[in-house]
Amino acid sequence: MATQLPPGIELEKVDDRIMTLNVGPQHPGSGHMRLIIKVDGDYIVSCDPDPGYVHRGEEKMAEYRNYIQNIPHLERPVIHDSCNILYPYCLAVEDLLGIEVPERAKYIRVIGSELNRCTYILYWLAIYGIFLGHSTMFMWPVGDRELFIDLLEAMSGARVTHAYFVPGGVRNDLPANFEERCLRQVDYFEKRLKEYEDIFYQNPVLKQRTEGTGILSRMDAIRLGTTGSVLRASGVDFDVRKKEPYDVYDNLDFETQVLREGDSYARSRVPYLEMFESCRIIKDALKKMPKSGSVRTKLKPNPKGGNDEVYRRVESGRGSLGYHIISNNRPEPYRVKISVGSFRNLICIPYLLKGEKLGNMPAVYWSLNYWPVEADR
Amino acid sequence: MSTIAPEFRLSRFIASLTDIIFWILLIFSIIGLPLVFILLFYIKLPVVNGQLLTPYLAMTWMADPSRTIPIIKSLIHTEFFRIIAFPGFGFAALLAAATIFVERKFLAKIQLRVGPLYCGKIEGILQLMADGLKLMSKEIIIPAKADKPIFWVAPLLFVGTAAALTSLIPVAPGWVAANPNVGLLTVFATIGFFPIITVLSSWSANSKWTFIGGIRALHQMISFEIPLILSLLGIVILTGTLNLTEIVESQQHYWWIVFMPIGAIVFFITIIAELERIPFDLPEAESEIVAGWLTEFSGMMYGLIQLGTYLKLYAFAGLFTVLFLGGWNGPMVWPPFPQEIITNGITIGPITAHIPGLPLFDQEMLNGTLWFVIKTVGVILVILLPRGVFPRIRIDMLLHTGWYTLIGLAFVNIFIALGLLYAGVLGHGGLMQ
Repeated sequence: MATQLPPGIELEKVDDRIMTLNVGPQHPGSGHMRLIIKVDGDYIVSCDPDPGYVHRGEEKMAEYRNYIQNIPHLERPVIHDSCNILYPYCLAVEDLLGIEVPERAKYIRVIGSELNRCTYILYWLAIYGIFLGHSTMFMWPVGDRELFIDLLEAMSGARVTHAYFVPGGVRNDLPANFEERCLRQVDYFEKRLKEYEDIFYQNPVLKQRTEGTGILSRMDAIRLGTTGSVLRASGVDFDVRKKEPYDVYDNLDFETQVLREGDSYARSRVPYLEMFESCRIIKDALKKMPKSGSVRTKLKPNPKGGNDEVYRRVESGRGSLGYHIISNNRPEPYRVKISVGSFRNLICIPYLLKGEKLGNMPAVYWSLNYWPVEADR
Repeated sequence: MSTIAPEFRLSRFIASLTDIIFWILLIFSIIGLPLVFILLFYIKLPVVNGQLLTPYLAMTWMADPSRTIPIIKSLIHTEFFRIIAFPGFGFAALLAAATIFVERKFLAKIQLRVGPLYCGKIEGILQLMADGLKLMSKEIIIPAKADKPIFWVAPLLFVGTAAALTSLIPVAPGWVAANPNVGLLTVFATIGFFPIITVLSSWSANSKWTFIGGIRALHQMISFEIPLILSLLGIVILTGTLNLTEIVESQQHYWWIVFMPIGAIVFFITIIAELERIPFDLPEAESEIVAGWLTEFSGMMYGLIQLGTYLKLYAFAGLFTVLFLGGWNGPMVWPPFPQEIITNGITIGPITAHIPGLPLFDQEMLNGTLWFVIKTVGVILVILLPRGVFPRIRIDMLLHTGWYTLIGLAFVNIFIALGLLYAGVLGHGGLMQ
C-alpha cells in the first residue's frame, strides 16, 4: 500500500540508467559541501551543489559586536586569506567613521594583502594538484607557503589568523629588518614559481586533462556574475585593484593577468600568474613605502557610526569581496552583508559540469577558485 | 597501595618465572612438536653421511650445533623452502616491504620532505611495521548489504593470485618455485584473474563508489592486457620457447631490450597500468570516487590488498627483468667461498670448529641473485618515479592509449621481431644460438 504523500510533494522519478552520487560532505574530493551528481555511464547529466554545511552566521554575529570586536571573527571564513577578508571591512568602517589612514599604514596593508594572497593561492594550488592526483604539486606549494607565513608571522605575530588590519591602519608597525628579509624571500619564491611551470603547468598529462574541459565563455562568465580568476580566465579584464583602486594600488606597478580560453587550464593558470604580479607589487611597495611614520590612527573609545550606509570592495584571492555596512547611530553595525567571490563562482558549477566526464569533476570544480567555508560565511 | 607500581616480591617473581616455563613447555609439546612433524613430513629427507634422516634423527641433529648446517642445507633444497622462503613468497614479501619503505623515502625526496623519520630511530625504518600493527588492530567493518562470503574472500584471493605470480619468476639458475614449460602462458593466465577478483570485490561490497571503481578497473585491465600480451610475442618468436628460465638463458650475450626497445616500452607502460599506479590509478582515484574498489575494505583486509599490490609490483618488475634485462645474467662479481673453511674449519682463538656441509649456496646462485635483485630494484624505482611527476589521466585518455597507441606499437614490435628472425640476424642459427 502506497503511503499518501502530502500535497505539493512529489517523489523523484528514478531512471535505471542514471545513478545519483553524493559527492560530499565526507568525500575526499568535495570540501565542506555536497555536490549531488547524476551520472549516465561516465557522463554527468546534472549537478546540484548543496552548500551550507559550515554556515556560522558571521553576518548576524557582527550585529552584536562593536566595530573593533568584529575584527577577529570576521576573518574566520577564510583563515588563510585573513588579511584580504578584513580589508574591505576596514575600508568600509573607515569611510563610516571618517578616519584618515596614515600613508605608511596603507603600504603595509598592501604588502600584507599581497603576501596573504600568495598564501591563499598556494594553498588552493596544492589542493588543485592533489585533486588531479599530482602529489608533488601538493607538497611543493604547501612547503613554499611557509615563506609567506613566516613573513606574516613577523608582521602580525600570528601564523594564520592575523587580525592585523584594523580600522585606521594596521595593529602594529613592521619589525626591524623586515624589508630586507621580505625582498630575499620573495626573490627566492619567484625562482621556485618557475619550477612549478615545469612540473605542473607544462606537464603533458595535465594539459591533456584540463585543456578544453569546463569551458566558460566570455558572455556566460559575465552573465553568471562570476568574479576573480574565473572571470579573468574567460577573457574579461576586470580586477578591483585596477578598476577601483583602493589604498595605494594606483601608485603601484602591476598588470592584470587575462587569458582567453576559459577552460579549466586557464582558470588554474591565472592565479599562478597572479602570484608573479603579487611579488612585483610587494617589491614595488617596499621601495615606495615611507620609511617611518605612524601606522595607526587611534579611534575614539567605542566609536559610533552615523545614520549611514557604505559599500567597499577589494580583490581577494577568490575575486571581488565586498562589505555592505548599515549603521544606525549605535556602536554596533545595524547590518553587515558580506559579498564573497566564492559564492558567486558557485553558480557556475551546474553549468560547467553538465555533460562532462566524471573524471573531470574535481578538475573543473576546484578550478573555480571556490572556498566552501567562505561561501557559507 | 598503588596498583600501578606494585612492590617487588621475590616469591611472586619466581612463581611467575615457573609459570612462564610451564606454559612454554606445554605449548611446545602440544603445538610445537606436531608442527615440526608436519613440516618434516613434507620435506623429502635426504641422506647425509650415509644416514637416512628420519624425523627423530633430524630433531636430534637440530639440537647438535655442529650438525645443524647439513640439516639446514637439506631444508634449503626442498620444494617447501622454495615456495615459502627464497624464490617464493618470503623473498617477494621482503622485497615488497623494502619497496614500500623506499617508495616513501624516494617520493619524499622528490617532494622536498623527509618521509618517515621517527619510528625505529634510523630514518623511520620501522614505519611499515607500525602501519601493519595499526591495520591489524583495526576493526574490520563489513557493509550491512554486502555479499559477505565473496567480500571476505576477495582480499585473500588477491594476495593468493599475486603470490602465484611471484612464484613464476626465476631468480637464479635453477632457483624458481614453479617452472612450467608454458611459463609465459601461465603468467598471462594469472594476470587474467585480477579483473575477476576486482569486479567480484567491488560488486559484493554493494556501494556506488566500489561499483564505479570496479568497472573502471575492468576497463583498464582488459584494455591493457592485450598490448601486454602482444608486446611479449616478439620474445616468444625469437626464443622459440615459453619457458621463463630458457628465456633468461637465451639472453646470455645480449638482452632483448637491445633488439626490442619498443616492446619493452609498451610492456613497461602496461605494467604501470596493471598495477594501478599513477598516472593510471583511475580505479582508486580518491578525489573522484573516494578509494574506488577499495572503499569498503577496512583494517587488515585493506592491508592484505596492499600486500598483494606490492607483491604484484615485485612480480611485474621481476618479469620485466627476466624478459628484457637478462634476468640473472651478469659478470661474476661474487667472491668464491674460501676453501680453507671447508678444509681447515674456522679458528676463533683456541677453538677450531669444523663445519661440514658448507657452503650453503653455490657461487653462481648468489651472483645470479645479486644481479637479479639489482636489476629488479632498478625497474621498481623507475615504476615508482611517475607517482611524483604525473597527475592522473582520464578514462577516455586511458582507453585511447591502450587500444590505439599501445596495440599499434606492439604490432610494430612483432614485425621487428619477425624481420630479425627472417633476416637470420637472431633466432635459431643466428647471432644467438
